[in-house]
Amino acid sequence: MTDATIAAAPPAKAASPARSALADIWHQFRSHKGGVVGLAVFVFIVAAVYIGPYIHRVAPNAINIRDKNQWPSMTHPFGTDNLGKDMLAQVLAGGRTSLAVGFTAMLLALFLGTLVGVMSGYFRRLDGPLMRLTDLFLALPLLPLLLVILMLFRDTLRAAFGPETGIFILVVFVIGITSWMHTARIVRGDVLAVKSQEFIMAAKSSGMREYRIIWRHILPNVLSSIMVSATLGIASAIITESALSFLGLGFPSDFPTWGRLLFDGANFLQLTPSRVLWPGLAISLTVLSVNYVGDAIRDALDPRSLRR
Amino acid sequence: MKNIKLLLAGTVAALAFAGSAAHAERGSDGDLKIIFWQAVSTLNPFLSGGTKEVYSSSMVIEPLARYDEKGELVPTLVTEIPTLENGGVAKDLLSMTWKLKPDLKWSDGTAFTAADVIFTWKYCTAPDGGCAQAAQYEGVKNVEAPDPLTVKITFEEPKPYPYSAFVGAQSPIIQAAQFKDCVGAKAPGCTSANFGPIGTGPFVVKDFKPNDVVTFVANKNYRDSAKPAFASVTLKGGGDAPSAARAVLETGEYDYAWNVQVEPEILATMVAAGKGHLETAFGTNVERINLNWYNADPKLGDKRSTKEAGPHPSLSDPAVRRALSLAIDREIIDEAGYGDAGKPTCNIVPAPEAVTSTKNDSWCLKQDIEGANKLLEDAGWKKGPDGIRAKNGVRLSYLYSTSTNSVRQATQELVKDMWSQIGVQAELRNASASVFFGGDPASPDTFQKFYADVEMYTNNFDGTDPEKYLAEWLCDKVPGPANGWQGQNIPRYCNPEYDKLVGELSKTADLDKRHELSKRLNDMLTEEGAHIPLIHRGNPSAASNSVAGIKMNAWDSELWNVADWSRKK
Repeated sequence: MTDATIAAAPPAKAASPARSALADIWHQFRSHKGGVVGLAVFVFIVAAVYIGPYIHRVAPNAINIRDKNQWPSMTHPFGTDNLGKDMLAQVLAGGRTSLAVGFTAMLLALFLGTLVGVMSGYFRRLDGPLMRLTDLFLALPLLPLLLVILMLFRDTLRAAFGPETGIFILVVFVIGITSWMHTARIVRGDVLAVKSQEFIMAAKSSGMREYRIIWRHILPNVLSSIMVSATLGIASAIITESALSFLGLGFPSDFPTWGRLLFDGANFLQLTPSRVLWPGLAISLTVLSVNYVGDAIRDALDPRSLRR
Repeated sequence: MKNIKLLLAGTVAALAFAGSAAHAERGSDGDLKIIFWQAVSTLNPFLSGGTKEVYSSSMVIEPLARYDEKGELVPTLVTEIPTLENGGVAKDLLSMTWKLKPDLKWSDGTAFTAADVIFTWKYCTAPDGGCAQAAQYEGVKNVEAPDPLTVKITFEEPKPYPYSAFVGAQSPIIQAAQFKDCVGAKAPGCTSANFGPIGTGPFVVKDFKPNDVVTFVANKNYRDSAKPAFASVTLKGGGDAPSAARAVLETGEYDYAWNVQVEPEILATMVAAGKGHLETAFGTNVERINLNWYNADPKLGDKRSTKEAGPHPSLSDPAVRRALSLAIDREIIDEAGYGDAGKPTCNIVPAPEAVTSTKNDSWCLKQDIEGANKLLEDAGWKKGPDGIRAKNGVRLSYLYSTSTNSVRQATQELVKDMWSQIGVQAELRNASASVFFGGDPASPDTFQKFYADVEMYTNNFDGTDPEKYLAEWLCDKVPGPANGWQGQNIPRYCNPEYDKLVGELSKTADLDKRHELSKRLNDMLTEEGAHIPLIHRGNPSAASNSVAGIKMNAWDSELWNVADWSRKK
């Protein structure tokens, strides 16, 4: 009987701090007003982009030359472009691509960055080579590299996956492998700091395997910086994709993304300002809200603020 | 800051002072500001075929005769145009004689003689020289000077239309003394000569920053002592077409902007500012869609779009080529992208009038979706479940490439939409203009390589005679690895009958007969579907309302009469 109570008690004790930690994080997050607003805006944008087309049922590529260059109206809430395509439908369709590119590229960059960062922080022998590799990537001129990659692999991927998926994979890959370096450096620094603490020593002396130490002890402790670079990564991936579209290197010209819409609309700034306004606003709001969310998550995950 | 203000005030005062001087006087009208959004990279047109180089250098170096705004030849450095009637062209069509104006001087004060003309020919035809204008001297056997003021050109075979060497902005005369050590392989190395050629034109190069800005000052030794009215010219390069147009039409920072191909509604809002206007010259530019007669499947690797790749699986069917043309509504493309600066056309030779055919206008100028659908249906191309026509596993799905330019991308989308109505799918692609037209044999994206099923761009011919241009579609002009992708027959069209007719044209001297042959050749290309002509494009340029004397010229350099330009008082 007493045995049973003793056996039952510790799990209950262990469970309640875990719950309160999550609640604590959420509590901390909520206390960051910018973060809450950012999250709301971001959720709204994602929802609009994915649910919107079911409500606003206009094909983004439907050309109607008689309705060109229109200002916002009931039928075209965001107006039309110079070929008479509905801008709202295009912004929604473009958002899906831009957000998808942003997320996937961010995940790829995060994976690479964390891998390189943890490896070089934890294993002394790998530190030198991996950090020099990071320096190498940082020093690479991005645009010429992108040009070469696009030229070399465009046709192969297009043949294998079709024009749009092929380019999607390519763009995500290109952005991912050119933006992991900052994450890697930040993670390495954090790993170095965590590694020298006593609990790691304790884990080591208890005979724990290296990968388990990394998995159980190091990663959870560097998670906050990973989360922050993740949110920043989405923003920079969306912007890089815009830049690629700007240069005509990304998706086909009739495949809307926020960056391309902005690029195409720039000349029409005086005639139909809404062509630039909405995609521009969408990019800025997404980037801004994601940054605020990242900021709030960082504050919430910070052990020092948790202790308070 | 204060200094700058002072400086500006000084400049304004100086300009005002200059402006108040008498009109018919050299250098009385201050600075002429020209903007070329494609920056000038050299001032030697023999080393670069680019229009920007040819135009900018035309203010400095001049040909013996040039075309005026009507496409007629006018003498510049000679007393008259040699013809059969005045005996300047020999009866056997094997030679012609130019008489130079006496007392002509180079801008450095030395005498202009026939020796300079001969040197120019030698310079451009020297082996390893890589002269971009060598085509102008094709068929020239010898150039000699019976006396210092006479130039005699002899041809290898009778030349019915001899006005090519030393005629037009592409074939100006350079100074023998300046370029004598720059012949052949040494040509590109002569930087000071290439960046500042000595000429006979109204202006002299003062300073040249490649790919940025050129400053010119009036030529003290120009043959007309009252010209040019402007004391200097600043030719700024860079930016893009809309910003160049804006700099002239809306802000008035510049006096003249070349090649402002921007959507018509944007130009209209700029013109409304009242500072400038558009000058459009309809030359021989035709925006066309080239159809690839060879297979461009990426699976073929380096073989694609060459003879080894074999004929195109679907575009080799004449019915498909005809249907693709029938499906296009040229009026809409014109309205959306060109406005007043374009006209729908079905000819690859759209001007001058004498050689313009109207034979195909009846079927080709009007969109006929039904007719196109029927044509494809009858030819056995049946619609699949996805709405795309196919026959024996070959789908009518095309990669459609062009250069990056908002008007071209809009046209692409319109054409894609029109083709989708006849069950043809298009995948759009664009490459930066500097890559697409760059001609780099290592790049897969050039228009010569044509690694696409269809591609769209504009081309034209110089002068008024289309013979050389029509010869571009000869079988042996197909670009490929063997000729470094330099052939001009981009659609890979090949028809022995066409070749024969071109041969006939090159031997015909009678003008009417020549016109008739040119029309027939033009019609053959349209009917057989070597390409789909879309728009006869004008060259729209933006000019400030304060500049007088601009005569828009489609047949020569747009700056051909810059000596006559002046500031309105």
